[in-house]
Amino acid sequence: MNISSRMKVAIGIAYIAAVSSTAVQAQEDTIKVGILHSLSGTMAISETTLKDTVLMMIERQNAAGGLLGRQLEPVVVDPASDWPLFAEKARELIELQNVAVTFGCWTSVSRKSVLPVFEEHNSLLFYPVQYEGEESSKSVFYTGAAPNQQAIPAVDYLMNEIGVERWVLAGTDYVYPRTTNRILEAYLKSKGVTDDDIMINYTPFGHSDWQSIISDINNFGSAGRKTAVVSTINGDANVPFYIELGNQGISAEDIPVMAFSVGEEELSGFDTSSLVGHLAAWNYFMSIPSEENDKFIDEWLDFIGDDDRVSNDPMEAHYIGFNMWVEAVTKAGTTDPEAVQAAIIGVTVPNLTGGMATMMPNHHITKPVFIGEIQSDGQFDVVWETSGTVVGDAWSDFLPSSMNITADWMPPLSCGNYNVTTGQCSGQNYE
Amino acid sequence: MRLPASFLMEHGVKRLASIELRRTYSICQVFALFLLGAMTIPADEVVAQSLTDALESLIAADSYPEKQAVAEVISSIDDPRALSALEALLEGRLYTTRGDQSLVIAESVGRGYQIRDFLTDEDLGRVGRRDVARISVNNSLRGVLRQLLATSGLEHDDPRQRRSAVIEIGQSEDLSMIEVLQARRDRESNAAVLRAIDVAEATLKLDSDDTEERLASIVAVSGIVNGYIRTKLTRLSVNENIDPITRQAALDALENIEDKVANYEIVKTVFFGLSLGSILVLAAIGLSVTFGIMGVINMAHGELIMLGAYTTYVVQQVFPNLIDYSLFIALPLAFAVSGLMGVFIERTIIRLLYGRPLETLLATFGVSLILQQSVRSIFTPLNRAVSTPSWMSGSLEIVSGLEITLNRLFILGFSIFVFVILLFVLRRTRFGLQMRAVTQNRQMAKAMGIRTNRVDTLTFGLGAGIAGVAGVALSQLTNVGPNLGQAYIVDSFLVVVFGGVGNIWGTLVSGLTLGVANKLIEPAVGAIMAKIFVLVFIIIFIQRRPRGLFPQKGRAAEA
Repeated sequence: MNISSRMKVAIGIAYIAAVSSTAVQAQEDTIKVGILHSLSGTMAISETTLKDTVLMMIERQNAAGGLLGRQLEPVVVDPASDWPLFAEKARELIELQNVAVTFGCWTSVSRKSVLPVFEEHNSLLFYPVQYEGEESSKSVFYTGAAPNQQAIPAVDYLMNEIGVERWVLAGTDYVYPRTTNRILEAYLKSKGVTDDDIMINYTPFGHSDWQSIISDINNFGSAGRKTAVVSTINGDANVPFYIELGNQGISAEDIPVMAFSVGEEELSGFDTSSLVGHLAAWNYFMSIPSEENDKFIDEWLDFIGDDDRVSNDPMEAHYIGFNMWVEAVTKAGTTDPEAVQAAIIGVTVPNLTGGMATMMPNHHITKPVFIGEIQSDGQFDVVWETSGTVVGDAWSDFLPSSMNITADWMPPLSCGNYNVTTGQCSGQNYE
Repeated sequence: MRLPASFLMEHGVKRLASIELRRTYSICQVFALFLLGAMTIPADEVVAQSLTDALESLIAADSYPEKQAVAEVISSIDDPRALSALEALLEGRLYTTRGDQSLVIAESVGRGYQIRDFLTDEDLGRVGRRDVARISVNNSLRGVLRQLLATSGLEHDDPRQRRSAVIEIGQSEDLSMIEVLQARRDRESNAAVLRAIDVAEATLKLDSDDTEERLASIVAVSGIVNGYIRTKLTRLSVNENIDPITRQAALDALENIEDKVANYEIVKTVFFGLSLGSILVLAAIGLSVTFGIMGVINMAHGELIMLGAYTTYVVQQVFPNLIDYSLFIALPLAFAVSGLMGVFIERTIIRLLYGRPLETLLATFGVSLILQQSVRSIFTPLNRAVSTPSWMSGSLEIVSGLEITLNRLFILGFSIFVFVILLFVLRRTRFGLQMRAVTQNRQMAKAMGIRTNRVDTLTFGLGAGIAGVAGVALSQLTNVGPNLGQAYIVDSFLVVVFGGVGNIWGTLVSGLTLGVANKLIEPAVGAIMAKIFVLVFIIIFIQRRPRGLFPQKGRAAEA
């Protein structure tokens, strides 16, 4: 990294500090935008980029004249990868800083932690990461993928295009992989896959010794039928996982790995030459050619001051979410959460892959699904995509507990957890 | 210019229909081209023309099956550039320009690409990101390309390349390749390649229509542990169209292989355990000096390891052409960086807190946070890419089917090396003697004229330096990021306490024991439960024997 980019970061931090110290006087003339992403601790690796993305979007909006004739003012807090601290920092943003909207969270556990705070104040949260679904809150807008926008199409691709018959579901041991794998298991069984052909494996956060697990996967895959790994392995554990895969000589042509949490940024941490051909399913890839994407990448590289940086899927989600919020505020003529919530449903903005994204009544958005293969330069080449966009489904149709549940925040229903058989709205279900 | 559809139909799509026909057909085509050339115009001109045509249709191809067909046509063209086109395609270096759709080789530079014309090799300068588009390749096309390139790979100078070409051919299901292999065998001198040729030939013959030949090949492969052969045999054993004798033979061979796999599995598990153990030893051995011998609870130990890993990264950035030697350059540097940091911490913080373990714990915990955040500010919170030297990647085949990954083997050896060095320093050098004297009886040592303050500082520096060296090794296995140290600190303390505080041998034995125990339990109960079981075991053990596996005896124990 070069000096000038470090300087820029330093100036940025000084600027934010200066702005927040004059916040009291500035309160009347600016609209405050909260940014709730970890800047230290384990999750800093992923979340710092998202903080920068929102800062860039704010800078751009301000350069274009602000919003409702007022300037936007970022309020950055650091929840330090500490889940209870997320709730405290969210409270600080809402109660002390009076932010109009918050962009934040990465892990599902952090989202679950702040959910009661945002609901208590009915403040708005834009959540940019692919997640396990089974949730729809009045206060939260889910701009990342629901399982039917990532996991299910990915499995369909492996099953129909690659002819996979045996499945390894490998994940890190927490709520997102467990719920996703529960949905996938139910889905695979509905397609006639038997228990013998599914191997499920969970590992702790940051697991680094993959020798025996990879050896097991290799044995599981030598049964004479095409085998694939569906990986919900999170963050740091991925690098040692792929290194071991390469060292034990398992190539993508033998046993492909389809990952849901590995994107351009995760790959920028290591040499990908032994991973060529392994797969990832996302709603955005940096390599997708489109006018918007090109403009976005150039702006991002200028903003961050480092040509080696990459863009990724959650960044696109924040890009979409931010533009949707701006559009909804403009439409409503106010930043009042109630009015924005009503105005944002149906708002359509361009995504970065040449299509449009619409906010649906269940607070999820429409997204195209892409399957990419890892290249030796750390980028993905798209090998398959859905023909149009897919509407995010808050409650999975494949789990018995949620197949009758629907979310619709438009009157007259106005409910995130409505049981269509009993006709009851049960309120939020935190499970 | 786009090629007429009939060209593709004739030369490409048809080929997909039959794998077996494929090769003969393409050879025929070349032959036909030559005949044609001999009659009318010079042959090389025809070849050159057909290469340009084929490359044109590669650019025009918009589906993977179509690209596959064109790639097969290209491979049949007798021109060195045809092969280099396929190689570039396989490696993802082949791009087309946006404007005139010409074929270029592109390399990523900054925000754009440096491009060269493929056919003329003319340098076309730098272009923007969107001015070129990669000709994308998917897994099945990649497989086909590897097959197509395998024949020429047989002539490669590097025996390893020849061997992988032979293995590729063995999996091609193309019986006509047997002759190619046999021809190579007559010229081959390398034993490993010769063995691979035998296996590949037998593997190919598993598809033979001749029952006798197939039976013979089943017997030939029955002792070989290889995923592809297992898949093949499984398919044979359940194929209803094959006579029962062959199916039974396939079943027997499978059973034989599975027995072998089960045996290898035990060997592998023990190796996995030793490897995990060696990493624990490596991470803990510096701590066994600072905590074990000096009694300082150093919570920043993990961050000293992290500094070592970052030193490796910096070395690779500074000397990008010396990746193969980078670890040797990094080792002394990492020892110096972490060691000096250790000396600094000892001089400024720990020295003031001797005899106050709780305050030391808190102060060093603070140091660990400071170090983490400074690394985050300097190197960004993103993980850094540390390359693996070529001599450390891949695996070592002990017997067919039993492979041991090289990086882990080296790290196992390296941790034993570090252990021996440390043992030597402690037992055989003047500094080691002073160190032991100071820890056993500080007053007496002082009376003998040893400058105990200086010995304290150097001992702490030694422990810290070893942590840095461990970081160099760990950079080859795991993420080099600000959180690297946190992942190892708890395990390090566990190993030292379990082994017996103050005993270097204890650290070695306990690290290896915990590693092997973890790996023995893991297949049965999973990674998470294995960890829990090991922890529970340690808790119970420490309750029974609070001084660990090898307690200090005699007067040292009272100190």
